[in-house]
Amino acid sequence: MKTKDRLELAHWVASTAKANGATEIAVDIANSRGVEVEYRDGQLDKIKESTQNSLNINVYADNKFSGHSTNDLRRDSLGKFVKEAIAMTKYLTEDKFRQLPDSKYYQNIKDVELDIIDNDYDSIDANQRVKYARDLQSQTAAKSDKIISSTAGYYDNDSESVKVHSNGFEGIRRQTSFSIGVEVTVADKDGKRPSDWNYATTRYLKDSPDLDVLSSGVLEKALAKVGQEKVASGTYDMVIHNRAGGKPIYPLLSPMGARAIQQKRSFLDGMKGEKIASDKFTLIDDPFIKRGMGSRHYDSEGISTRNRTLVKNGVLQDYLIDSYYGRKLGWEPTGGSTTNLVFEYGDQSLEEIIKSISHGILVTSFMGGNTNGTTGDYSWGVAGQLIENGQIVKPVSEMNISGNLIELWSSLVAMGNDPYMYSSVRRPSMMFKDIKFSGL
Amino acid sequence: MAHISRRKFVSWGAKGMALATIPAIFKFNPAMAFSPGLTGDSVLEEYLKHFSVSQELIRKTMEAALSKGGDYCDLFFQHKIDSYVALEDDAVNKAYTNVDFGVGIRVLKGDQTGYSFTEEISAEAMRTAAMTAASIAKSANPGEIAKLGYYPTPDYYPIKTKWEDVTIDRKIPTIQQINKVMHETDARVIKTTASIADNSSYILVATSEGRIACDYQPMVRIAGNCTAEFNGKRESNGFNLCERNGIEFVSSEALNRIGVQAVRRTINLFDAVKPATGEMPVVLAAGSSGILLHEAIGHGMEADFNRKNTSIFSDKIGKKVAEDFVNIVDSGKNKNIRGSINIDDEGNDSQETHLVRNGILESYLHDKISAKFYGVVPTGSGRRQSFRFAPLPRMRNTYMTDGPHSVEEIISSIKNGIYVDQFTNGQVDIGGGDYTFYVKSGNLIENGKLTKPIKDINLIGNGPDSLSKVTMVANDMKMAEGGWTCGKGGQGVPVSMGLPTIKVSAITVGGV
Repeated sequence: MKTKDRLELAHWVASTAKANGATEIAVDIANSRGVEVEYRDGQLDKIKESTQNSLNINVYADNKFSGHSTNDLRRDSLGKFVKEAIAMTKYLTEDKFRQLPDSKYYQNIKDVELDIIDNDYDSIDANQRVKYARDLQSQTAAKSDKIISSTAGYYDNDSESVKVHSNGFEGIRRQTSFSIGVEVTVADKDGKRPSDWNYATTRYLKDSPDLDVLSSGVLEKALAKVGQEKVASGTYDMVIHNRAGGKPIYPLLSPMGARAIQQKRSFLDGMKGEKIASDKFTLIDDPFIKRGMGSRHYDSEGISTRNRTLVKNGVLQDYLIDSYYGRKLGWEPTGGSTTNLVFEYGDQSLEEIIKSISHGILVTSFMGGNTNGTTGDYSWGVAGQLIENGQIVKPVSEMNISGNLIELWSSLVAMGNDPYMYSSVRRPSMMFKDIKFSGL
Repeated sequence: MAHISRRKFVSWGAKGMALATIPAIFKFNPAMAFSPGLTGDSVLEEYLKHFSVSQELIRKTMEAALSKGGDYCDLFFQHKIDSYVALEDDAVNKAYTNVDFGVGIRVLKGDQTGYSFTEEISAEAMRTAAMTAASIAKSANPGEIAKLGYYPTPDYYPIKTKWEDVTIDRKIPTIQQINKVMHETDARVIKTTASIADNSSYILVATSEGRIACDYQPMVRIAGNCTAEFNGKRESNGFNLCERNGIEFVSSEALNRIGVQAVRRTINLFDAVKPATGEMPVVLAAGSSGILLHEAIGHGMEADFNRKNTSIFSDKIGKKVAEDFVNIVDSGKNKNIRGSINIDDEGNDSQETHLVRNGILESYLHDKISAKFYGVVPTGSGRRQSFRFAPLPRMRNTYMTDGPHSVEEIISSIKNGIYVDQFTNGQVDIGGGDYTFYVKSGNLIENGKLTKPIKDINLIGNGPDSLSKVTMVANDMKMAEGGWTCGKGGQGVPVSMGLPTIKVSAITVGGV
């Protein structure tokens, strides 16, 4: 099916729904194809190729709502699918807030090229894909005799989705992505086998890092874990490596959402305009970054995206408001999800930050744990490196940090100058003062 | 191609709806598969009809899959119908369904895997997918295919009514009842949600070794969640019950229990404190505390990590890893339990596998690849999220059997420690052995007694170290009741776990 066929099918589903009693309907049709190649210890381990389709409808009938999806896109099947979806919607309770967004929010889509399609995708052949994985694995294996096992992977994806709303929205989104990376396991004492990974995800194949950078990086990370053990419980300054830096940021997003606020499950309820972090913390949602992993012109409700500052110098500026919970709260929708998150970066490198610390822990990975979105309490497992007098002295693991997110973000004293570029959350390394670690 | 409907909407509103819209699938009655009166051949026939395939088409597809010299191939047909109905702000105001249908084709050459799938079951689409998977091998001699035959399976999850035959008007009152109970239980409750989710998965596995096996896998999960406000503070918590079971599992008693437990567990958090930081003895309550086993040992015993030599347990089979009274089992055969499977997703018999017997590490969890690698019989642990994925060795229901101590003995043996009984999630580093799990609630233990409630703390330990520190095991083994999903390699599969009350002499607690 081509783009125009998908679009035509979506319009046909929408008009079929209207003809069969739907007040309004949103139709999304997606197609995704991709290849995975893994090369392990000198041998091709796995090849997987796939193409998949899905069709999702959100049905609004007499102020009632339900959503349905199928991977059977044949027209005669879809006719029944739509009728039955509408019939069952009528069994639900009326909810006047359930409507498509007002069509005015579909307007003013920013005229900017996102550059998220690698048009060379179709010319990549099977051998080329295998070669990436094979070369990366063999390069990695050649770099250290401490390696027990190494697996390199190459993954790509080309997806397209079309979106049609019966009140006037039509959108097409195509995007490509490539992930190339390697995982190694190395030998340690007592039968321990520390492992680490180094993957990069990009929109264009040519933007992938050099294989040499990936292989050296993964070894450095895995070998740094040899001999890790917990150290004494106590108060340490904490540096979070940019690679691990998503952990304290993600738990802020759901509590910023209108659903959490309306459902009274958010520690950020009533905090708009209030200080929730130190001055160093400025968080911006930028949908228009060229080649950004989160770049988009419109969100899942068809609402056109815009650049917005969510936190400015520690003060909460805005919630993430979708149309349904926005209506329940009596608030204007601003878009319920984030796109690319960027920060006001500092001027210190990770090395400079480490040098400035006399007694601290560099957290290179988080392990499990969770956050209570209603209270903001968190407790996470951590591993990394002990810092004494500006120097990394030994690897640590099997420790926890616990507290409250507002307290944690208020103790932020420095943002690095090193945003992590292979994610939609472009966080830098960050330093926090006086964090209580639980260990021995 | 005969049409196959992948939808099951009529079940939502069959009352009063035109039966003319009944899709073809209604002609298929999976209950027949459980009927002792039926011969194997008619069960197979029903499933073949369901997927609109013939044994001949299966064989032809296998020939394509092995045409480049693969050693082995399997076809995994799946039709899954999901339904979710939810209550929020006192109204049953949203519902979702999903229908998924397709076939996955896997080719093995030694321990190498070629995989592809198609969402369209036609000779041409299956051949294309088979040729893609075939490309893992590069030889002129095609692999062999044995004579295909139906392989009957046992039934570890008998149910009375298939979920597609349960109409939405029977589901709506269940969540309304949970909601009513939550509001009645405590006036401090300010917000509630409740949901009922169910699914039916029909599978047919055909292997080039000649086995064709079929299964109908039901699941239901009912949940209540609430937020309460007290003295200007808010807390949220919830409770859910989940089984491979039918609507008969959703009794009035069960619904009341969900409502009451969701509220009690929320209200208790207002009095909760955080324990001190550092290592301390931890008592794990009977039930979902089995998450300890899942993380500390279960994943590390999955044989794919071991054949690659990347697990901390890779060199420990036959070695003493715990006290004599420690026995750990991973089983797919527990009646109606969430992680049970009549047959695994590679068509192997389900099994009760001893990971640890009398303190000695006994067996890994195998799929076909690792079983061949180690020269053992597969343990029935080859599982996958759906037809879109190749199977991996996975856990089913992981639990410790009863030990010699009593709960009272265990708690009274501790001067300062914690007791934990509700969890949200866990994680493990397979090679290093560090594992964590997050405690939603529990109690302090002070001078041999349970005292103040505790909440929201992470526990972190090292697998083999913690196993060796299981110093007491009580005789009250209980399976988890909630709906746990295990993630690995980007695939989620339903699992359960269980534990008697046990004592681990030291784990690092994320206190403040």
